[in-house]
Amino acid sequence: MPNPDRRRLLLGAGGLAALPLLGSCDSLARNEQVQCTLATAEKATKRSQRALARQALAPEYEEKDISDDFRANGSVDPAAAEYRALRANNFRDYRLIVDGLVERPLALSLTDLRRMPSRTQITKHDCVEGWTSIGKWKGARLSHILRQARLRPDAKYLVFHCFDALSQTEDGERYYTSIDLVDAFHEQTILAYEMNDEILPIKHGAPIRLRLERQLGYKMAKYVKRIEAVESFAHIGRGKGGYWEDRGYEWYAGV
Amino acid sequence: MPADRDRGQGRIDTYRHPWVVRITHWVNVLCVVILVMSGLQILRAHPHLYWGLASTFDDPWLSFPNIPSWATLPSWQDLARGRRWHFFFAWLFVINGLIYLAYILIWGRLRRVLFPTRADIADIPHSVVEHAKLKFPEGEAVRRYNVIQKLTYLAVLLVLLPLMLFTGLGMSPGMNAAAPWMIEIVGGRQSARTLHFIAAAGIVIFAIVHVLLVVLSGPINNMRAMITGWYRIRLTGDDRAEP
Ligand code: HEM
Repeated sequence: MPNPDRRRLLLGAGGLAALPLLGSCDSLARNEQVQCTLATAEKATKRSQRALARQALAPEYEEKDISDDFRANGSVDPAAAEYRALRANNFRDYRLIVDGLVERPLALSLTDLRRMPSRTQITKHDCVEGWTSIGKWKGARLSHILRQARLRPDAKYLVFHCFDALSQTEDGERYYTSIDLVDAFHEQTILAYEMNDEILPIKHGAPIRLRLERQLGYKMAKYVKRIEAVESFAHIGRGKGGYWEDRGYEWYAGV
Repeated sequence: MPADRDRGQGRIDTYRHPWVVRITHWVNVLCVVILVMSGLQILRAHPHLYWGLASTFDDPWLSFPNIPSWATLPSWQDLARGRRWHFFFAWLFVINGLIYLAYILIWGRLRRVLFPTRADIADIPHSVVEHAKLKFPEGEAVRRYNVIQKLTYLAVLLVLLPLMLFTGLGMSPGMNAAAPWMIEIVGGRQSARTLHFIAAAGIVIFAIVHVLLVVLSGPINNMRAMITGWYRIRLTGDDRAEP
């Protein structure tokens, strides 16, 4: 007499035996369809975190918590000739360009930025690699700059174009990233020109870097050259919204 | 619950695991395997652990100089892909875990099957000795989990797996803004990361012992029970002598 229990048992056991193979099966990890499916988690994460956090502030710390070994990741010394020239002159000729879908494009000097409403915050910097450092940042509120530039209604994202390339060569692919308007107008989102009460050091992104306290370090553009308001970033780089995003990292780096 | 089936010659099939438990168990096994392997991939990007708010790079609490590539997903070093696997299966793990928890709460399995009875508690010393001798209950006694089994499952279900989720969320800067208390109570994000690793190690150790006991206490019967629901009892002389 055929035993349905036994058949189910064999089927199940076969499936289970295949389980450990999954892990070592690198072809699955390369498969595009699989990657697409896995990427659905990012949307779920973004939606739920936005619903939970709304405009909540990232935790802030005290002077005594500041790390004396704050690590600098990515590029630490841009090679681009235009950057070198600005740097040689202490960034006196630096102009932050704000353009794209704005009513009033801006070109802001460091002096302009320092005169704007600022915010100072001691926050943690969480690297995608897993480490954390704590630093004190002072910078111009991005919301203020955006109100001056007057975003057009079709603007959905801000793209940060930067001077640096990870290869630290003149012709290397330049770093860029993008954020949406919820983060752009967040209270703690600033363009920092000071770190730990001193002028922002080169390795941490001089003359200005983005602080985006509710996401990971790879979203916090250093050496910012230009902020472009766009409706979509599909036409920029490889279309995923940033240098690291083009290389498989999540666009929403809240986790 | 379906009634027992008499298979003759003192063999009785009893329905031990309802389908919700079976399915969520195996989905959980899949999730845990993938979470551990992709977790090791993520750890490989910065294989040092610290306690407290921030990393003290010169003085890690624990370092892993070489994490074998056979244990990571993908096998080559690829943080971006490791993270994609990790977060997808973390979601599946949470949804699956909630289904299981809701089931055992609503249908009373937590109380009936998993919580130790007063008699169980009294039996702890005896049960420890029996386990040490690798002697497992027989006959009618196998209808229920023994006390060590119950306490271990409860510890995994109510402590280890929730701690895993809690410390995992604690590492998310987005969650840190939404619920700062989550890292405050563990002493900072780097403490959360270290505890996340410790909880994962605990789950791996549990899984190894768990599978070992499954194998030692009758692998075919145990696996049949966790796949089909039906567990075979062989009545001992004592059981049959009962009126
Ligand atoms: C390949 C690995 C695994 C195998 C072969 C396996 C097998 C089994 C079997 C046969 C049972 C039923 C035990 C009995 O009827 O006495 C069981 C129950 C259980 N297992 Fe596993 N297991 C594995 C991995 C895991 C993992 C990774 C976890 C959790 C992290 C886990 C958690 C549990 C729990 C909580 C129960 C009790 C569930 C209930 O009765 O509601 N198992 N497992």
